[in-house]
Amino acid sequence: MQTFDLEAEGLRALNASLHAQAADTNQTVWEIVNPKGSHAIAVGLDAPIEVNVKGSTGYYCAGMNKQATVHVHGSAGPGVAENMMSGMVVIDGDASQYAGATGHGGTLVIKGNASSRCGISMKGIDIIVHGNIGHMSAFMAQSGNLVVCGDAGDALGDSLYEARLFVRGSVKSLGADCIEKEMRPEHLEILADLLARGGCDAKPEEFRRYGSARKLYTFNIDNAY
Amino acid sequence: MCGIVGLFLKDPSLEPRLGDMLTDMLITMTDRGPDSAGIAIYGDQTAGAAKLTVQSDTPDSDFATLEDDLRRAVTGTVSMTVADTHAVLTIPNDYVAATRGYLKNTCPGVRVMSHGETLEIYKEVGLPRDVAARFDLRGMSGTHGIGHTRMATESAVTTMGAHPFNTGSDQCLVHNGSLSNHNSLRRKLRRNGVHIETENDTEVGAAYLTWRMQNGATLGEALESSLNDLDGFFTFVVGTKDGFGVVRDPIACKPAVMAETESYVAFGSEYRALVNLPGIEVARVWEPEPATVYFWSYDTPPTAKAA
Repeated sequence: MQTFDLEAEGLRALNASLHAQAADTNQTVWEIVNPKGSHAIAVGLDAPIEVNVKGSTGYYCAGMNKQATVHVHGSAGPGVAENMMSGMVVIDGDASQYAGATGHGGTLVIKGNASSRCGISMKGIDIIVHGNIGHMSAFMAQSGNLVVCGDAGDALGDSLYEARLFVRGSVKSLGADCIEKEMRPEHLEILADLLARGGCDAKPEEFRRYGSARKLYTFNIDNAY
Repeated sequence: MCGIVGLFLKDPSLEPRLGDMLTDMLITMTDRGPDSAGIAIYGDQTAGAAKLTVQSDTPDSDFATLEDDLRRAVTGTVSMTVADTHAVLTIPNDYVAATRGYLKNTCPGVRVMSHGETLEIYKEVGLPRDVAARFDLRGMSGTHGIGHTRMATESAVTTMGAHPFNTGSDQCLVHNGSLSNHNSLRRKLRRNGVHIETENDTEVGAAYLTWRMQNGATLGEALESSLNDLDGFFTFVVGTKDGFGVVRDPIACKPAVMAETESYVAFGSEYRALVNLPGIEVARVWEPEPATVYFWSYDTPPTAKAA
């Protein structure tokens, strides 16, 4: 295992070391100590390595991740796993606003609560939140799955496209064009897999499914150019 | 951007370290606001006396005879402590208005930064590290304080545009964000006789709170109504004589992190600002909810009220 002291060696050295790892690297497990809320930790990784961050992080941790598994043993600041492409990001604590924003793929697991705008404009990422999520989550979400074991805040799924939203608890309000939808067997199957990947012991039957009513301007073919 | 820090001590043994801890937090927030910095600190109180913190761009001439001049103008004990461009005037409580009038009429270069019984406000243009050194913020003790690092967006980088803003006796405000209706609100407040000095948006926010409280609202009520009357982005932290409060606009784009232990309640724009506080590893750390007014006070239990 490689241990990296962020306070002593600095952010650029850390990310350069992580970027230097090839697909067949032997340095497969990294531990980052003294993160102290720093920004942009383990951003832009593209190798099948495991990175354990021993503490809380600031803005944009694990952004643009490909292949790597990033595990934050603490809470994460705004924009964690933003624009993730593949791989896995796990947050033991809470995540601040716009966690998993614009993510194209991979899995983001938040074991605490997520703040506002979780999964905003998500494009294929799967996000599993053990706790609650804040307002305007999954705003303009295009594809992928958002699973919330707790409650959702105001305006969930506003202007949604094709993403699936599963919420176990209450939803404070639904955003424009977001509606509750029937939970069919295929959805329970998808949800069971997501819950297993997220390490949740919740049962798929306890959740409700929300999605797009497809009534907004963009869904009307007469408005196409 | 802008950075905010705040510290409310529950453990009196930490009081001599308040300035030191706040200074570290403030310097960590330099990236968020490198153009000016300020701090409001709630310190000692002298029975029957009030404190006016004043500022001058030419302190050598303006402060040279100010203490003696005031002694002639005011009955009772007057003292002055100079720190760089600022000076704290301690005067009998009954002479606050008279002293302000005297300063206005005879010392045009002297501006009042704050007034109250325990509050002192220090703010200047420059890097937070340099501003802290000029006033020796590290050496200050107190029960609680709030600080601000500014990245100007709405008005010029000047001392008077720096935060905190004094909103009433022993009350102050710092702001991260930008108010979009500050011009119309400034006109409205000026029509109501409220004095607003600069083109700064936060000063309008501060004047709004002052005006609401002068018309009978409590600080909590004024903060609640600010959610309707102020348009734009804001995370506000307000200082009061016995505590501090936090409110974020309903969209809550501007960041805020709180931490609480048995020894203190701390506020930071980012978690980074809090990492060196004692016992932070075991603190309860959370993000204040949008459109919710929080208060911590020495006199009453903590409150969190959704507006």
